[in-house]
Amino acid sequence: MPNEEYLEGKYFIQGRDFVDAGIVSSEMKKYLKEKGIPEGIIRKVAVVTFEAEVNIISYAEQGTIKCYIEPDSVTIEARDIGVGIEDVELAQQEGYSTADDSIREMGFGAGMGLANIKNHSDEFEISSVPNEGTYLKSTIYLNGK
Amino acid sequence: MTLEQIKDLLDAKVVVGDNKLDLEITTAFGADLMSDVLAFARSGCLLVTGLSNPQAVRTAYALDIAAIMVCRGKSLTDKFIEIAKELGIPILWTEYIMFEVCGMLYREGMRGCIREVLVEDKKRAK
Amino acid sequence: MTLQTLIDELGLKCKCCWEKLGNEIEGGYAGDLLSDVMGNSKKGDIWVTRQVHLNIVAVASLKEHAGIVIVQGASPDKDTIEKAQKEGIPIMVSDLPEFELVGKIYHLMHHAQ
Repeated sequence: MPNEEYLEGKYFIQGRDFVDAGIVSSEMKKYLKEKGIPEGIIRKVAVVTFEAEVNIISYAEQGTIKCYIEPDSVTIEARDIGVGIEDVELAQQEGYSTADDSIREMGFGAGMGLANIKNHSDEFEISSVPNEGTYLKSTIYLNGK
Repeated sequence: MTLEQIKDLLDAKVVVGDNKLDLEITTAFGADLMSDVLAFARSGCLLVTGLSNPQAVRTAYALDIAAIMVCRGKSLTDKFIEIAKELGIPILWTEYIMFEVCGMLYREGMRGCIREVLVEDKKRAK
Repeated sequence: MTLQTLIDELGLKCKCCWEKLGNEIEGGYAGDLLSDVMGNSKKGDIWVTRQVHLNIVAVASLKEHAGIVIVQGASPDKDTIEKAQKEGIPIMVSDLPEFELVGKIYHLMHHAQ
């Protein structure tokens, strides 16, 4: 668990609220820019947050995304209450998707979400309990190591 | 090419960002799937898409994409325009379909881009 | 221009319906949103997309596309190939990104005439 001392932001996300998908990513990016975090790092955080947000909106009733800025890293933590994921290994495979049409028409749901999060993270952790919810943590190192 | 040249080539309308027409753009990424854009598009490119929802703008913002070309005369909502203004992403709009937009831009020397972030960054991470 | 020309010129790999590579290409359409492709593409189009799932075959079949090219190194699902074979829709794949491949096809179409 990340140290609460470094918590910089907490955002609430309502499931099925497709109109505002991506707003947390935009807000977080603005905030990290103000903090003077390097651009390349911000882009990764923005990608991770965007996909995490779309996942919550698409598959959960509600969730939160927290952002922690530590001296050498940024951590994004997403937690939701919802259907959860039966097989987290399978869900990380590119192309695997359980998306419906409303998600596809938004330009998501092609089975790239978790793979994108993982590929943009230096450390990645996911766990899920079916019919309860999903926990996801992504850490990005500031010095790229 | 500058945004102005792109606009002229494609008979496009400038919906947002008419003060940024001297922006120089050399690469483009064509897609309707925003996850693909998030995975592969390079910052500074032109996003050519048929998607005209707020997510397209937010995706462009996440990756520092230079501008968005909305194809095939897709209607734009007030919300889309409002978010593009707020986030400072220039929006161009054309009646041409994506196939023609990509074809015409390619003919003028614009090239595709794929970010090798996934490979490079993983190497560096080790 | 036929699908075979496209394969020869752009190094595409054909995944099914080799017997139909003589199909004439009358136009092109690029897009990943199925409802959009359904609504706006035309008969005889070569459809360039990043989608790989089963439903692309139904769309291409209904709209009578000349064939589908899947871009950016994505590989179609096994079900997709099987259905395409059955419906007689040639599927080809390319490692190039959508923009680049469309650019090259467009170029060929406008110079092959």
